[in-house]
Amino acid sequence: MKYSSEYRDADAAQGYAHEIRRITKQPWTIMEICGGQTHAIVKFGLDELLPKEIELVHGPGCPVCVTPLELIDKAVQIAQRKDVIFCSFGDMLRVPGSDVDLFGIKARGGDVRILYSPLDALKIAKENPTKEVVFFAVGFETTAPAHAMAVYLAKQQEIHNFSVLVSHVLVPPAMEAILGSETNRVQGFLAAGHVCAIMGYDEYIPIAAKYKVPIVVTGFEPLDILQGISMCVKQLEEGRYEVENQYTRAVTEGGNHPAQHYIKEVFHVVNRKWRGIGEIGMSGLSLRPAYAEFDAELRFDVGGYTAEESPLCISGLIMQGQKKPNECSAFGKQCTPEKPLGAPMVSNEGACAAYYRYRRAELAASAALTSAGAKGEV
Amino acid sequence: MSAIKDFTLQCPLPITDYPTVTLAHGGGGKLMHQLIEKMILPAFQSPLLETRHDGAVFALGGARLAFTTDSYVVNPLFFPGGDIGSLAINGTVNDLSMCGARPFYLSCGLILEEGLPMETLWAVVQSLKQAAEVAGVQLVTGDTKVVDRGKGDGVFINTAGVGLVEHDLTIAPSSVKEGDVVLLSGDVGRHGIAIMAMRQGLEFESAIESDCAPLNGAVQALLDGKVQVHCLRDLTRGGLGTTLIEIAEATGLQIIIDEKKIPVRDDVAGACEVLGFDPLYLANEGRMIVFVPENEVARALELLRKASPHTAGAVEIGRVTGERGGLVKMKSRIGTTRIIDMLSGEQLPRIC
Repeated sequence: MKYSSEYRDADAAQGYAHEIRRITKQPWTIMEICGGQTHAIVKFGLDELLPKEIELVHGPGCPVCVTPLELIDKAVQIAQRKDVIFCSFGDMLRVPGSDVDLFGIKARGGDVRILYSPLDALKIAKENPTKEVVFFAVGFETTAPAHAMAVYLAKQQEIHNFSVLVSHVLVPPAMEAILGSETNRVQGFLAAGHVCAIMGYDEYIPIAAKYKVPIVVTGFEPLDILQGISMCVKQLEEGRYEVENQYTRAVTEGGNHPAQHYIKEVFHVVNRKWRGIGEIGMSGLSLRPAYAEFDAELRFDVGGYTAEESPLCISGLIMQGQKKPNECSAFGKQCTPEKPLGAPMVSNEGACAAYYRYRRAELAASAALTSAGAKGEV
Repeated sequence: MSAIKDFTLQCPLPITDYPTVTLAHGGGGKLMHQLIEKMILPAFQSPLLETRHDGAVFALGGARLAFTTDSYVVNPLFFPGGDIGSLAINGTVNDLSMCGARPFYLSCGLILEEGLPMETLWAVVQSLKQAAEVAGVQLVTGDTKVVDRGKGDGVFINTAGVGLVEHDLTIAPSSVKEGDVVLLSGDVGRHGIAIMAMRQGLEFESAIESDCAPLNGAVQALLDGKVQVHCLRDLTRGGLGTTLIEIAEATGLQIIIDEKKIPVRDDVAGACEVLGFDPLYLANEGRMIVFVPENEVARALELLRKASPHTAGAVEIGRVTGERGGLVKMKSRIGTTRIIDMLSGEQLPRIC
């Protein structure tokens, strides 16, 4: 297929892999921010092509994974109301809340619908004037413009039975939180290409300078990722720490200005809690007071609700790049995609789910080898 | 900027049970398989059921018969390339064919929702008739029930079918052997995308038509050609990936396939990119995989390609290795290898 198969060419992939091996002289730890990149790395086995000196760790860029438990519970509370049509992107429906997921609410008779665009929710609101239509506005800078546009249009068109349950997070503050942590291991970043397509990459320039880390804006196809790694390693080996753009076919330095305009019109930056990580200052978006009438938390009075998460899984450590999914004692045992203990096991883009789907046989084999070795059997 | 010094390890409580049936229990993935294994098989204990094949094959009155049933619930009722009527015929014809049987007689149970336009019902009935004629089977018994408005989705159909097994082969997962080659009868994923596009109002430059088709002609061509077929399986809800896993798990052998050899039409691949779907798990209604010994590959492919336009695109996609463990692996386009896993339920469109 044009514009994707070219970026999955075996010879070109081997070429980049060879180049990375050639320039790598020391061990480096590189984090890919975005869950879409994690998925591609594991799906295509890109890390198998890298020299052992290069370790990829998986970042917090999976919207499903970082949406706090209490937001899921709030969604569940709203979705089970008889007067509500609750709309969401598909992969949020399987994320477990404290008691039940949104699929469970649908099974109990709730009107829960999977949509591809928040603008479709506006249409549903117009068609169902006696119902309250709520959209679960989850995601990073990538989905923010569409959510902003839906709320903006709702106000313009006076659609009063529409509201959004917002859980928007931002990439740069999360990168700073990771880099500022005392236990940080990340030495270079692959920045999320689609986030940068909206926001540009000028806001990464001060981060690269302050923490002395190279940041390479990277796409999602195998060749994009290999080239991004190659550019990052080259900077690390040369002692440079700049912001470079691998994903030039989609990303410009200034980004998409109309999209940014609507984000700023509708949202303002606030502190946000990240599931598994905790609260990060000024790391999310919330509706501006002028649009507060479209805030589902206020409309359904669930704003004060909080939920306690049980300290069973290590998703926080995984999303900060400090542990790999297979280093969790529950991985593949108590925690599987059918019965996830933590959000990274739920989403397709979650690091744990990606490891489980594509890696578990190899991981089991190497674990068996290690345990046999420990007993002196090898 | 707050540094993460004192964050606590956090995790949601596990949801360990499903007190009610969810859509994922019918999605063709792991939850459906668990439902069958934990509830259905133990309740009805039967050696024929235990074979977990598309139908039961047994001797009766001196003949070897195949018997199968399937229920059809699809929204929308009419979609590019087919409708619930053609699905209900082809699905059951194909299940009989996968047992290596020649399909003869079908039953048809119609569950109709109060308020269904008579015109719609007529169109479905005409489609049932036409699909039966094309497949060369007869509808010989049936039943009709009407449920209250709001208790059905227009029309639900159940068909059952009987076919005759006219050879001595055991066409089943138990016959799959190390070294067998896996053939695929054509491109994958069209039915899944056709339905999805209609359901979600997605528009593509040209309509993607379902692959809905009867496979009995192609199977008969293999059998008439005396090809030593080891196993046949049609790809339905869970797609090529799930079907391969079912066979690998049933045999305990490893199957390795080559991503580059799996035909996916450009428009289907494009839709998958947009929606975040993997074509390996998209539904098909007129595709099958065929397991044959290596020395039969060339002849089997030639027969399939000639037998019907629905199998004209048949290709070899992989083979059964000697390794145990019941896994399916795929060599990716860039030359690496990964596991193909069964999905928990239906594929869900991802956020971004």
